Amino acid sequence: MSQFGPFSYAITIFLMVAGLYIVIARNNLIKKLVGLSIFQTAVYLLYIVPGKLIGGTAPIVAEGYDTYSNPLPHVLILTAIVVGIATLALGLALVVRIHEAFGTIEEDDILREEHAPR
Amino acid sequence: MNLVAHLPILPVVVPLISAPIAVLSRRGSVAFVLATTASWAALALAVALWVQVGAEGTISYAIGNWPPPWGIEYRIDTLSAFVLVLVSGVAAIILPYCRRSIEAELPREQHYLFYAMFGLCLAGLLGIVATGDAFNIFVFVEISALASYALIALGRDRRALVASYQYLIMGTIGATFLVIGIGLLYLMTGTLNLADMRQRLADVSDMRPVLTALAFITAGMSLKLALFPLHQWLPNAYSHAPSAVSAFLAGTATKVSVYVLLRFYYSVFGAGLVSDLGLREVLLVLSLAAMFAASALAIFQTDLKKLLAYSSVAQIGYITLGLSFESVAGLTASIVHLFNHGITKAGLFMLVGGAVLVMGGSDMSRLAGLGRAMPLTSFGIVLGGLSLIGVPGTAGFISKWSLIVAALERNQWWLVFAIALSSLLALAYVWRFVEAAYLREPAQPREGGREAPPSMLISAWILVAASIYFGLDSSLTLGSAMAGAQSLLGAAP
Repeated sequence: MSQFGPFSYAITIFLMVAGLYIVIARNNLIKKLVGLSIFQTAVYLLYIVPGKLIGGTAPIVAEGYDTYSNPLPHVLILTAIVVGIATLALGLALVVRIHEAFGTIEEDDILREEHAPR
Repeated sequence: MNLVAHLPILPVVVPLISAPIAVLSRRGSVAFVLATTASWAALALAVALWVQVGAEGTISYAIGNWPPPWGIEYRIDTLSAFVLVLVSGVAAIILPYCRRSIEAELPREQHYLFYAMFGLCLAGLLGIVATGDAFNIFVFVEISALASYALIALGRDRRALVASYQYLIMGTIGATFLVIGIGLLYLMTGTLNLADMRQRLADVSDMRPVLTALAFITAGMSLKLALFPLHQWLPNAYSHAPSAVSAFLAGTATKVSVYVLLRFYYSVFGAGLVSDLGLREVLLVLSLAAMFAASALAIFQTDLKKLLAYSSVAQIGYITLGLSFESVAGLTASIVHLFNHGITKAGLFMLVGGAVLVMGGSDMSRLAGLGRAMPLTSFGIVLGGLSLIGVPGTAGFISKWSLIVAALERNQWWLVFAIALSSLLALAYVWRFVEAAYLREPAQPREGGREAPPSMLISAWILVAASIYFGLDSSLTLGSAMAGAQSLLGAAP
């Protein structure tokens, strides 16, 4: 993994920062959630990349294989993916409800409407 | 099967199982009985654990018989047993309150879902405290957080939806920062078990990723526990959520996040690393900012629930202030305030919830004349307010007293003035309520003596009475807090 190491970390960090930037900078509630998802997905890479050894196999003891990749990060990230999906689903459900209640999904408009009497 | 051997995991499993059964039952009343039984069972189990830890020391439990550090370990020491009792106790007292409160605030077809979510949230919070596995902490943080986003969104006002959305964004960023930190620690140590991690950290030669992990975990958990500049999500979330939810989250959620921070600082990184980095100074400054700025903001709120929410941010400042001393006395003050503030604030939010039910809103103008309309409720709020100020004889006094002792031990005498000054600000915001309730005439005269339903009033008063009791007899809380602080700083696991 040595030749891919810095490159994949660079991608990871780029995605992480890009996602976080979208969350902060965008005004649209759905775009914010997209940014949040990119941010979370970047973390999956952070876990999985170091676990992979080039030429490594699944850790099953067999003739002729002596390099194994670490399977644990994959298992952890499976859990994290489930958490990410649940968060995204709940977030989108909230956006639907917000759209029903306020008639918009732009944060500025919602905040303006919140302060105005109904 | 020997149930006693499985004691460490049962407080988590029982509420966790109650949730899907509540969904399947599709009946609000069945779900209520299930959730109440589960939370009282969790409280009984937590107390049993507390007693056992007191007698035998730290309990380690290997899930599925996979021995640690390979399997997931549940590890109960004095501190986690204490926090387990707090969380399950607050839940057990709030649930009987929920029935009438939820009936008034939510449509009937949502009741069983409410109790299911409450069970999930409780299971998540208890799981965070019970587990000794870093990734498991993240999973439970997300279980409780997802449940609490949904609970907050149930609020009657449409602003609850926006508050919940904002909390979802902030909470997810916080939890993701936590998981980045845990990932970096895993990279450097190759283990997820907290106790094992600490041992292996000693052999790590390249400290930079470890320090990055510390930074990520600090930032992430500070978001979750609403440390001062990162508290933006809290006031709206607490003030627009259904009353029972505000009370539950105010009493438990931020406190459990403080616990996670304590756990990582002292059981994984160790006290030396935390103070070398200057984190103590950072915490000190932010805590002071919280104590003053959030208290000042609280004074200017016109809505009582929002006032209490800002006061929560200020009170969290006291908890983190204790953390910044990094001494046994300081941590004792933190832990004892975590408990005292948990019960006081939960009780206050419950009483306000009752007032909202009768008066139709928590705006100060609506609450005018509350002292005559609902004497028991408003007297309870005043007692809880005295505990927020830290008047002798209330639990808040014990917390502030231990903070002052810790500050003097560090020769930071000026902090004594800071604590006293911020208590004056607390006096000012509590006075806002007193003025509205007792000195102002109600807008339209009401017939006196119409109180909140007895089930709500009694549950709330139990917590208010507890906050007075623990102010008069602090041996139980201070003793446990000190034992917890010693185990964190001394021969930590």
